[in-house]
Amino acid sequence: MNQVIISAATEGETNPLVPNVWEMGVVLVGFAVLMFIVVKFIVPMFEKTFAERAEAIEGGIAKAEKAQAEASAALEEYKQQLTDARAEANRIREEARGEGAQILADLKEKAAAESARITAQAHVQIESERQAAVVSLRSEVGTLATTLAGRIVGEALNDDERSARVVDRFLADLETQNAGAAK
Amino acid sequence: MHLPAILPWGAADGFSKQMLLVILSVVIIATFFLLAARKQQLVPGKLQFAGEMAYGFVRNGIAKDIIGGKDFMKYVPLLFSLFFFILVNNIYGAIPVLQLPSFSHVGGAYVLAGIVYITWIAIGIRKNGLRYFKLATVPSGVPIYILPLIIPIEIISNFLVRPVTHSLRLFATMLAGHLIVMIAGSGIEFLIMQESVLLKGASVLVLAGSIAMYMLEALIMALQAYVFTLLTAIYIEGALHADSH
Repeated sequence: MNQVIISAATEGETNPLVPNVWEMGVVLVGFAVLMFIVVKFIVPMFEKTFAERAEAIEGGIAKAEKAQAEASAALEEYKQQLTDARAEANRIREEARGEGAQILADLKEKAAAESARITAQAHVQIESERQAAVVSLRSEVGTLATTLAGRIVGEALNDDERSARVVDRFLADLETQNAGAAK
Repeated sequence: MHLPAILPWGAADGFSKQMLLVILSVVIIATFFLLAARKQQLVPGKLQFAGEMAYGFVRNGIAKDIIGGKDFMKYVPLLFSLFFFILVNNIYGAIPVLQLPSFSHVGGAYVLAGIVYITWIAIGIRKNGLRYFKLATVPSGVPIYILPLIIPIEIISNFLVRPVTHSLRLFATMLAGHLIVMIAGSGIEFLIMQESVLLKGASVLVLAGSIAMYMLEALIMALQAYVFTLLTAIYIEGALHADSH
């Protein structure tokens, strides 16, 4: 090492600014080879990766935006459906209420008509029974009066005691007859 | 200044260590990035992530920020190759045994600066035609009577000094760093050989200082790769938008 420095210092002739032509040639060729490899392979490879990455990131963003748009559209649709469903439910409830009132009114009317009919029928029946009773009573009273008169006339009319007994017997007969009829 | 060649061994001229390292750098860079980019995955693994970080640093941090516009992609390969070619070749200086930044030999720096010089002039001419030389040397909005002074200065600074500073900046920082590490190493060796205990002890100070310098050099190695690439981007941008400067 010392020898090299000393020889370099004492030589004095070698100027460090004067290049070695062979070294220049090696640097030139070496740099040219490196440039060739860089231009041909290295830069395209890195640029391709960069471009792909940028595309992947932008594509991802676009995809996310699309998904977001879809989600908000679905939400909108859902809200719309909800509103529709509420309106539908309200409408149905209103209808049901109206129908219920209608049914109630109908039933009331029908019940009133039925009761009126039953009442009228009862009246008619009572009337007819009363008529029948009057008719039968009338005929029976006539018969009874005739029978009573015959009996009274048949017995000794002057015997007060007897006539009283006849009347009593008649009434008792009448009662038993009534009771038998009632049975 | 040049070390003896490897092949033929010890000859003054021939295949040198520097040449071997330059070739090795091409292999290292190509292998790393091809491996990193080989498996195309949207969610990157560790290696792919590291490759994308490195690639994105040049693509977005230098090319997009400086050149901008729609057509910065055209210049990404050049800037990318320059940055990692210089970075790897510089870092050699910080690796024990290799310990030789390739651009401490001026030839490589001349070649790269020359490539950049031709590139930005070609871009300027293709974009603006021959009017480009007028645009690049005659600043707008300057009073006519100052122009005779300005134009020569612009010509010298843009077309003559620029490639020289561009190459020498890289070369000089690498050579200086290389020399400092070498001198520190020789100094330690020299001091340890001395009879006096005090001088032997002084070698420890040199060692401590050289470690600090080594760290600084490592920083400068990375920084110079960045500066060289950044200046390239600025030159290309200037040539692209010569009419608006």
